[in-house]
Amino acid sequence: MYAQMIKSEATLDDPEKLAAFQARIDAGDKIEPKEWMPEGYRKTLIRQIGQHAHSEIVGQLPEGNWITRAPTLERKAILLAKVQDEAGHGLYLYCAAETLGVTRDEMTEMLLDGRMKYSSIFNYPTLTWADMGAVGWLVDGAAIMNQVPLQRTSFGPYSRAMVRICKEESFHQRQGFDIMMKMCKGTEAQKNMAQDALNRMWFPSLMMFGPSDKDSTHSVQSMSWKIKMNTNDELRQKFVDQTAPQAEYLGLKIPDETLAWNEEKGGYDFAEPDWDEFFEVLQGNGPCNVERIEARQKAWDDGAWVREGLMAHAEKRAALKEAAQ
Amino acid sequence: MSDLKKEWPLWEVFIRGQHGMSHRHVGSLHASDEEMAILNARDVYTRRNEGVSIWVVEAKHIGASSPDQKGPLYEPSNSKVYRHPTFFDIPDDVGAM
Repeated sequence: MYAQMIKSEATLDDPEKLAAFQARIDAGDKIEPKEWMPEGYRKTLIRQIGQHAHSEIVGQLPEGNWITRAPTLERKAILLAKVQDEAGHGLYLYCAAETLGVTRDEMTEMLLDGRMKYSSIFNYPTLTWADMGAVGWLVDGAAIMNQVPLQRTSFGPYSRAMVRICKEESFHQRQGFDIMMKMCKGTEAQKNMAQDALNRMWFPSLMMFGPSDKDSTHSVQSMSWKIKMNTNDELRQKFVDQTAPQAEYLGLKIPDETLAWNEEKGGYDFAEPDWDEFFEVLQGNGPCNVERIEARQKAWDDGAWVREGLMAHAEKRAALKEAAQ
Repeated sequence: MSDLKKEWPLWEVFIRGQHGMSHRHVGSLHASDEEMAILNARDVYTRRNEGVSIWVVEAKHIGASSPDQKGPLYEPSNSKVYRHPTFFDIPDDVGAM
């Protein structure tokens, strides 16, 4: 999901090897870490899987924000489990990226110093409990749209991570929709809160798929390498087609006056998000960019003594064990 | 800047899904020692009851065949089709075999 604007890296490899590699991909082979691959393929994947992993980890912050304030103990336990899943998803993905020759620490440092990004969506605040519903329903819904086809991606470890993630992801979307249903059947004030969450999350969710195909310059190489399976606009259309009837079911109104079923194309017509806002958020100027990176930096700095201490302990124990033998 | 050499080692995780099945590789993780690797594997790979037993082994201890050796390594079995039962034509009259 969570991979936007991934620049395809140029590749300067031997044309013969490149052609053989492309033939393997076209034949549906999976590429495994120790096999030959073009440098551009490796670099693009590190960037994409890294961004995907960072998104899972940073994505815990807006939801973690509501764990202590969940309305019931059951909701709290569910949200806690969901946020724990996101940590797990981040870890699966970091491991997949590491097989390409980058270390976990290097990736963390690239996130903290801005060389690597995470999805724009997590730079928006979660202001009310209804946002937990909207995030699960829309943000995880959009993530699923993107991740399901990525199960077929050409890089073995990435594909296997996606299979695990997709298995767990539908719980996330359902728990979000369940929150929305509950609120929409509640008091007028609760329903308004749900509507307000949809109003704020709708366009940022559409932005998750990345810029329009006409402005998306990096797609061609990634698609032929099967690192990217669908174009941004294809997935966005699919998402709107799936989500619009769900909003109707909830009795909520999608904040887009132009949204209408188009019989001829067999899909909805809808307004594009404000792309200037999208690029601003990517540049670091969204509502929560600074806060998110500060939180990650703090976790990294505050955790340093734990990382070092446990390693020192392990080394000491290993030395004692060796001495005893 | 962190000291990259101090990164926790990488462990490969194997899980037995049910009694009677073999352990299967499910992924990897970082941990400072074996005990922590098992606890982390519990949290990362069995959140939905996926296992009844966990093995962890430090990734550096795993020996692996090289992808370049694929041809010479597996060729000997390619030419021995008679190892498959379907190689032999047994008449229907013989009954189940």
